[in-house]
Amino acid sequence: MNLTLHVWRQNGPADEGRFVTYRVEGASAHMSFLEMLDHLNEQLIKKGEDPIAFDSDCREGICGMCGFMINGEPHGPLPATTVCQLHMRHYQDGDELWLEPWRAAGFPVIKDLVVDRSAFDRIIAAGGYISVRTGSAPEANSTRVPKINADAAMDAAECIACGACVAACPNASAMLFTAAKVAHLALLPQGQPERYLRVVEMVNQQDADFGHCTNHGACQNACPKAISTDYIAMLNGDLRRAKFRRPTDLD
Amino acid sequence: MRRVLSLWDSSVGKKIVMAVTGLILILFVLGHAFGNLKVYQGREAFNHYAEGLRAFGAPLLAPSQALWLVRIVLIVSVVLHIWAGVQLNLRSRAMRPRAYRKYQHLEFAFASRTMFWGGLLIFAFVTYHLLDFTFGPANPSFVRSDPYHNFVASFQVPWIAGAYILAMIPLGFHLYHGFWSMLQTLGANNPRYNVYRRPTALVLAWAIFLVNISFPLAVQLGFVR
Repeated sequence: MNLTLHVWRQNGPADEGRFVTYRVEGASAHMSFLEMLDHLNEQLIKKGEDPIAFDSDCREGICGMCGFMINGEPHGPLPATTVCQLHMRHYQDGDELWLEPWRAAGFPVIKDLVVDRSAFDRIIAAGGYISVRTGSAPEANSTRVPKINADAAMDAAECIACGACVAACPNASAMLFTAAKVAHLALLPQGQPERYLRVVEMVNQQDADFGHCTNHGACQNACPKAISTDYIAMLNGDLRRAKFRRPTDLD
Repeated sequence: MRRVLSLWDSSVGKKIVMAVTGLILILFVLGHAFGNLKVYQGREAFNHYAEGLRAFGAPLLAPSQALWLVRIVLIVSVVLHIWAGVQLNLRSRAMRPRAYRKYQHLEFAFASRTMFWGGLLIFAFVTYHLLDFTFGPANPSFVRSDPYHNFVASFQVPWIAGAYILAMIPLGFHLYHGFWSMLQTLGANNPRYNVYRRPTALVLAWAIFLVNISFPLAVQLGFVR
């Protein structure tokens, strides 16, 4: 199949950046979207041109490295699918596609479709951890977790930190990411000691680099792991409790 | 106390302030629409109701005291609601310095995109509305002691009636997203009741919209004269 791609090319963080149009010829419907870009890059390299830079690692939808906008949708049009798991059979011969990097002040472009997501690491560093006694392994069943909480924590922990929520959000807010990272610890016994400190610190750090949540819900629809905005409600409730609760020795 | 005041430092905290003040304003809008239904009982009932608002709380409170308490709460709510909203909006706009060339709107509902400009339109409408019925200069023939007369005099003018009806459209959208968003922001999130949140917001928005547009329509169609 043949395609026309308008790809955002930007040589570095300081470069202005522009769209460049490419013809992709001889792509197969069995290729993933990234394999189609590999195919185009091989042609570019043969011609002596600079290949298009994009992030990828596992290419099986679980690592969170890949991701860019395809025609204005993060990871393309399929629900709950990363761009590496999006296959060309979902496109028609002759389609015209616009590829853009995530656009947010918190995600500066490094090159072409690659953005710097260190801002997510800073949110995790601000509170996305628990304190545990290390040493001999604890007895596995001594800390009981209700099944319903284990499931809800697992659903939140599915977040692969790809950044699609920020990319889709009209406010460029990372609240779904922050909420998922807050919730998967807040739902488990191990996350309780730092629970209210964590939510305040992580929200403050998200506010430093990203916009605020106005409950648009675009993040949930864009999320390749279909993480629910219910976790944002959970985060909001925890932040409210953090501000009104009885002080502890952690404060 | 410092911790509670530090709500204002975080974007979620500001949203909590907006949710609480928004809830106060929703309750006011509901009471306002419900009270105005008295206009269908005629001049005497409506004017008596208006007078009753001033006398409310007697004999414990002096005339207009309860009314002013409510007004102060409402004014503070409006100021905080707009202040937080504008601050958050301006900040978040700066968080996407370069716009997308192509952008699909993936939001749950169109209403969420109307909140900022819709909110400013509602503020402009409320200002006009106060000048029309509370202070009087915008009213075609204002009589302080006869709210029923002011009501009919204003809504008899086709363009004023039309403007009031149009102004209810952003209000409806604002209430629809605002009510749902308020529950989300206050963390009212229980899998058992979550399915009722959207329908409740929809019923609230439609109820306020329909009751409020019925007033100018009733005057225009001659049911209230």
